[in-house]
Order: sequence, then structure tokens, then C-alpha cells
Amino acid sequence: MLDLVKPPVLALQDFFYLTGRALRNLFRSPHYTDDIFLQMDIIGVGSLPIVVLTGFFSGAVMALQMARALSTYGATGQVGQIVAITLVRELGPVLSALLVAGRNGSGIASELGSMKVTEQIDAMRALGTDPIQKLVTPRLIATSIMLPFLTVISDFVGLIGGYVIATTMLNITGSQYWNTAYKALVWSDVAQGLLKPFLFAMVIAMVGCFYGLRTSGGTQGVGRATTQAVVVASVWIFVITLFVTRIFVWVST
Amino acid sequence: MAENLIESVLRFENVTVRFDEVLAIDDVSFEIKKGETRIVFGAAGSGKSVMLKVALGLQRAASGHAYVFGQDITSLPEAALFAIRAKIGVLFQEGGLFDSLTVEENVAYPLIYRKQAVKETLSREEISKRVLEALRFVELEHTLTKFPSELSGGMRRRVGIARAAVAQPALMLYDSPTAGLDPITANTIIHLIIKARDTTNTTTVIVTHRYQDGHLIANFRYNPESGNIEHAGRDASFHERTKFMVFHEGHLVFLGTEQELERQTDPYISKFKAVRT
Repeated sequence: MLDLVKPPVLALQDFFYLTGRALRNLFRSPHYTDDIFLQMDIIGVGSLPIVVLTGFFSGAVMALQMARALSTYGATGQVGQIVAITLVRELGPVLSALLVAGRNGSGIASELGSMKVTEQIDAMRALGTDPIQKLVTPRLIATSIMLPFLTVISDFVGLIGGYVIATTMLNITGSQYWNTAYKALVWSDVAQGLLKPFLFAMVIAMVGCFYGLRTSGGTQGVGRATTQAVVVASVWIFVITLFVTRIFVWVST
Repeated sequence: MAENLIESVLRFENVTVRFDEVLAIDDVSFEIKKGETRIVFGAAGSGKSVMLKVALGLQRAASGHAYVFGQDITSLPEAALFAIRAKIGVLFQEGGLFDSLTVEENVAYPLIYRKQAVKETLSREEISKRVLEALRFVELEHTLTKFPSELSGGMRRRVGIARAAVAQPALMLYDSPTAGLDPITANTIIHLIIKARDTTNTTTVIVTHRYQDGHLIANFRYNPESGNIEHAGRDASFHERTKFMVFHEGHLVFLGTEQELERQTDPYISKFKAVRT
């Protein structure tokens, strides 16, 4: 029984140890600014097209679906409100995070994993650089900065998607749509909509780095690490969003 | 007494390394002094590569002590290890080159990043001069802007040697430098190792499973005047500086000179003898 529990507990301990060291490095020199900007480009700018695309369609589909439900109460005019709240609070952060987890979490895990199996991580340590400082911390910083931005963009594009549907198919005027959408949002929605991507970003970067650096067993191991990183990060995204939502609901009542 | 005056470069005292429940190295003790060459034989998984990782501080010993340049590194924090590692050059099994960097950046890496450890800042010109020198040494100065993936296995190994030697380390470690290479390329690599050892009198540790490599290194030396590798003949001072070690399943089963190795009758150790019976 104990043997069954031991590996996951040890893995969790290693994970928090790695996270602790990555966070501690934020306040320690040397800082690899070049690497941070390179990662910001890969993670942020690179993910922009797909985040914009899914953001637009999720907003559009939300408007369509909600209009059907709202029409039973004759409240189709409120569609802007519903789209704004669901997007900013939940869909925007979660969808962007899932996309970035799939795109960059896997990328981080496979990159660090191949470096690990080809002894590049060892070489890095042997040549006098701390791989956590040089590889993990820049990825953590870059993801934590870029994911909130991506989420904001995704939210906004999603609202535009809803607007396109509302004006072309639901006979709602643009001003009515934007008015209800704008009025529906309060500060706590924005706060929760920005806190979530920040937490998701830390999970995506750290889980990717963790599985990447733990890779063993050659090319096959790299594949395994990549899959694990995406699956674990995605699950954690859902768990975290539930808890954060619960906390915000609890605070606001 | 005179022997004790020579500086110890690498010393293991009852070092044991464990991976989960498996013993990778079991109670290994030896000492390598300045200017010596040590050839380490062993089958795959015998613990010879782990031994190198302990020497670099990449792998912690479960018990015992490892001394590098006289300093006990067993319990040093990672940050303190950087200063020691700056004095060690290492060639990893597959070269260990960073495939996101060009050959030039790879070779410059130790020069750029060692300033954190030894507080020495080199100018850009100085770095590129030394990088070119190191690449010329391995005869690859035309590959500066290439990426490791564009090079052959032997060339990658040569770039690895250039990168290991560029910071002029006091100790060079080679982890299976000829693994997976054809015999001709393997010979080129061994010649480079001999040349690197003899031009700067660097203490050298070579881990290999090919007996040919070990016996070449033990019997040949670089002649700076002719620029060739030649047989060392019966020069006693040269031969007594070269010792062999054989690892078997984590144990150090043999430590001695080439002559002593040739006299061994144990079937495992005999696999590494130059004279086949």
C-alpha cells in the first residue's frame, strides 16, 4: 500500500521543490533576459493566432446558444451580458490556458525532455549554468506574463464574435449588445479573469518543465513526458478554475 | 614522500551511489594526481559514467567523499560547485552540444558563462579568438555558423572536445568519446584526445568500453615539433603516469598499470587487455 502512495507523493514533493527553486531564482542573478524575451515571443506571439481564432468562435457560439435559451424568457436582448460574463470569468481564461497547455506546455516538456536525454542538461550544469535559472525560470516568467495578455485578447475577440452573431442573426443593435456586455462586468469579474490565467500560466510552465526535466528512457521518454505534461496541466487548469471560482463566489456573498 | 607533493586532482574515498535500490557505484576509492592519465574500462552499466558524474558534482554520493582539486565536493551546494566545474572540461557521450546554438555559440558557452563562477569577464574579441583557436585545434574552424544537427557524429564529438578544452581546464573528462563511431573516426577522436592532453599536460580521465582506445592513449603521445602522434616507446616516466581502472557492476575490480592489466587472468578484466589470448 505504502509503495503505491510513495511515487506520487515523491513526485509532488519534487514538483514543489522545482517550483520553489524557480521562484527563488526570480530574485537572484544572473537573469537571462534574452531567454525570457525569446520565450515570450514563442509563447505569447506564437499562440496569438490560435487564441484569437478560438476566442472568436467561442464568443460566437456562446451568443447563439444563449440566445436560444434566453428566447424562452423573451430576453434575447441580454445576450451581451451572458457572453461577457461567461467569457471573462470562465471561458476566456480556461480555453486560452488549455490551448497554451497543448501548444506550449507540450513544447516545453519535449524541448527540455530532449535536452535531458541527450545530456544537454548535464552539459549545461557542467559548463557552469544552473538549468533551472537558464531554462525553467524564463519559461515561468514568460508564460505568466503572456497568458493574461492572451486571455484579455481572447475575451475581447470573443465579445466581437458575440457581437457579430447578435447583430446579424439575433436582431440586436450593436449599442444594446455592448451596453449590456459592459454593464454586466464588475471589478471582481475582471480580477478573477486575470488571476486565473496567471495561476494557469504557472501550472502550465512548471508542469511542462517538471516533466521535461524528469524525462528518462530516450526518445520514447520524451513522448511520454510531453503527453503527461499536457494531461496533467489540463486537469489542473479545471481543478484550479473551480477553486478560484468558489473563492470568488464565497467572497462576494 | 615526493609522490605526496604532487597535487591530487581527483580523489574518491569509499564513494557509493545509489539509484533507488540499485547500487550504481559501490565503495569505490582511488586517486588521480596532476598530470596523470587514467583510462577507465567497463561494460555498459558498470558505473564508469556515474563515476564521472560524481566527479563533476552532477550526481551526489550516497556515502563516502569525492575530492576535486583537494576540495570535498560531496556536500557542496550547487552554486559553489560552479567554481570547481569551471576548471573541468568534459566531453559527454553524445557530445552534449546544445542543438539550439551554433557551433560557435556552443564553443563560446563555457567562456561566456564561466564569468559567473570565476568572476572573469572576457571581451568579445578575446572570446571569438579563443573559440577559433579551439575549433582550429579540432580542425573544424569552417563550421562556425553551422548547427550541431548539420554535423556528422564524429564532427559533433570534435566540437565537444573544442568546447571542453576552450576554457583550458586543469582536468579533462571524456565519457565514451568513441561510442557509436566507425574505427577511423574513433581514431581521429583518440588522436585529438592525446593531442589535447600533451599540448597542455592536462590531467585526463577517459571512460571507454573499447580496449583499443585505452591502449592507444597509454602508448602514444603527441610530438609538438612534428605535429604527429608517435609511439612513446619505453619512456618510463610517461608510462607510470598512465593507469587503468576496470569497473564491473559498480565495483572497482582493477587499478594498475598497463603491464599489470596484461597479467590479469580474470575473464572480465581480460576483455580489456591489448594482447588477446
